[in-house]
Amino acid sequence: MSTIETSVRVQTTREPLPPRDRLERVFGVENLDAIYGSKPAVKGVTMDIYKNLVTAIIGPSGCGKSTYIRCLNRMNDLIPGFTQTGTIRYHGQDITGGDVDPVAVRRHIGMVFQRPNPFPKSVYDNVAWGAKVLGMKKDMDERVERALTQAALWDEVKDRLKSSALALSGGQQQRLCIARAIAVEPDVVLMDEPASALDPIATQAIEQLMHDLKSEYTFVIVTHNMQQAARVADMTAFFSISKGSEGRRWGELVEYDATEKIFTAPSDKRTEDYVTGRFG
Amino acid sequence: MALHGITRADMAAVNLPRRKAVNRLMEGLTWLAAIVGVALLVIIVWSVARRAWGALNLDLFTKDQVLFAIGPVHQGLRNAFVGSLVLVGLATAMALPVGILIAIYLTEYARPWIRSSVSLVLDVLNGIPAIVVAIFVFGLFVVGHGQSGYAGAFALACLMLPLVARSVMEVLLLVPSSLREASLGLGVPRWRTVLAIVLPQAMGGIITGAVLAIARIAGETAPLLFTSSIVGTQISWDASHALQSIPVAIFELSESPDPADHSRAWAGAFVLLMFILLLSLSARWLAARSRRRISTSR
Repeated sequence: MSTIETSVRVQTTREPLPPRDRLERVFGVENLDAIYGSKPAVKGVTMDIYKNLVTAIIGPSGCGKSTYIRCLNRMNDLIPGFTQTGTIRYHGQDITGGDVDPVAVRRHIGMVFQRPNPFPKSVYDNVAWGAKVLGMKKDMDERVERALTQAALWDEVKDRLKSSALALSGGQQQRLCIARAIAVEPDVVLMDEPASALDPIATQAIEQLMHDLKSEYTFVIVTHNMQQAARVADMTAFFSISKGSEGRRWGELVEYDATEKIFTAPSDKRTEDYVTGRFG
Repeated sequence: MALHGITRADMAAVNLPRRKAVNRLMEGLTWLAAIVGVALLVIIVWSVARRAWGALNLDLFTKDQVLFAIGPVHQGLRNAFVGSLVLVGLATAMALPVGILIAIYLTEYARPWIRSSVSLVLDVLNGIPAIVVAIFVFGLFVVGHGQSGYAGAFALACLMLPLVARSVMEVLLLVPSSLREASLGLGVPRWRTVLAIVLPQAMGGIITGAVLAIARIAGETAPLLFTSSIVGTQISWDASHALQSIPVAIFELSESPDPADHSRAWAGAFVLLMFILLLSLSARWLAARSRRRISTSR
């Protein structure tokens, strides 16, 4: 097929990507298997994630996108029975080993979750608490204001910093969670379907801030929304479900390329089926 | 004639009057059972209060017991109240921290199979009769050393420990894991997450569990009969000797030939009953409040 009738037609403000060898690698993932108990969730993922880009992970439900992104900051350590094999190099250093402190990993690789999960504290304390615990105590007011401004929330909450974060709307809570994550000055921010519980306007605000902040951070975003990936991501990885014998299923990386390429000229038939809506 | 597949014969059900009667009967029975439950409490409180009435005066709280009193003497149960306070306080001080630590370990750190097997052990411990605990502590501490408040408090703590651990475990499990993830995702260490995020969120429920456990052991008699019952009648705060307590005092006074002692036993029972009722009610109130707090934060 020479042309693809793509159902995804969106405008982006992306600049063209420089050649890959000029990009700095943040993550080098090699042959990663993630297993719950005896059930593999993802198998054989090999991909590099580049600095100061937004990398999107798309794919159908159950393809292991969330599992994969949670491997990147050792969040799966908390799940009983979880094991992984393969290597994940973060700036060249393997972070999968037992001798690596997951707390130190998460200190550099922050995370925003699917459902907004602010602490039952004030707006101010939500942003300040993490930084305070991690020893960044100086100029806290400036730090909080900067994080909230970066998360495009400052104007909405500057008069109610002392009131409970739980009183904010869902979209505001999620931006607060982003402010909380960037207040501790991470290097990478992982986002696990950050907009799936939000309305379109709140979603747009979050996409805009990713675009504005990517010069400072590296974003990896899991999304089930292809338009969202097409709008915000520089690179896109498509995960799919493979079926083995005896009904075994696991997720695997099908294709990883510049977003433009994934959505207009994918090289794998499965990617093409998915992005044109012919999947399943 | 068929109405949507239902025949008129179906509609005119067989034996409808009988079925209605059976339904009413069963409904009435369940209603009656509920009444019995409520009536039991009302009758107990009322009959205790009625018999306690004569001895419910200031002397009860300001005077100690008098041994072998001849004739009408002003006496009360102050020494027993103080003793119970010390015993229950010491037991709480022993069982509460350990119980909370067990719960934290099981919910925050333990692997699932350890969690479920230790929970089972706690449930079994919870089911051990008080008299068995009493004999155990008697053999452990009292034989050769004599009775003491510490032995009594330890016996009460044995009964309290599984109660506290189980109830605190339940509230910690109610704290949404998304809050733990939020904190850990920031690079905050686990212990700090438990201390600063999980425990404050569960505080209301922890207090509720503690209060209910206190209410439960405040009336325990058997462990104290073996460990802290051979007492003088002076007021004492010193737990290195046996301390009088309300349940033991009730037991002893009820065996006395003097009717005035009987009414003091009833008065002691009434005070104990009110104390437990009050604790249970405040525990319920605290639980409702903390549930509201947890649910608003999802």
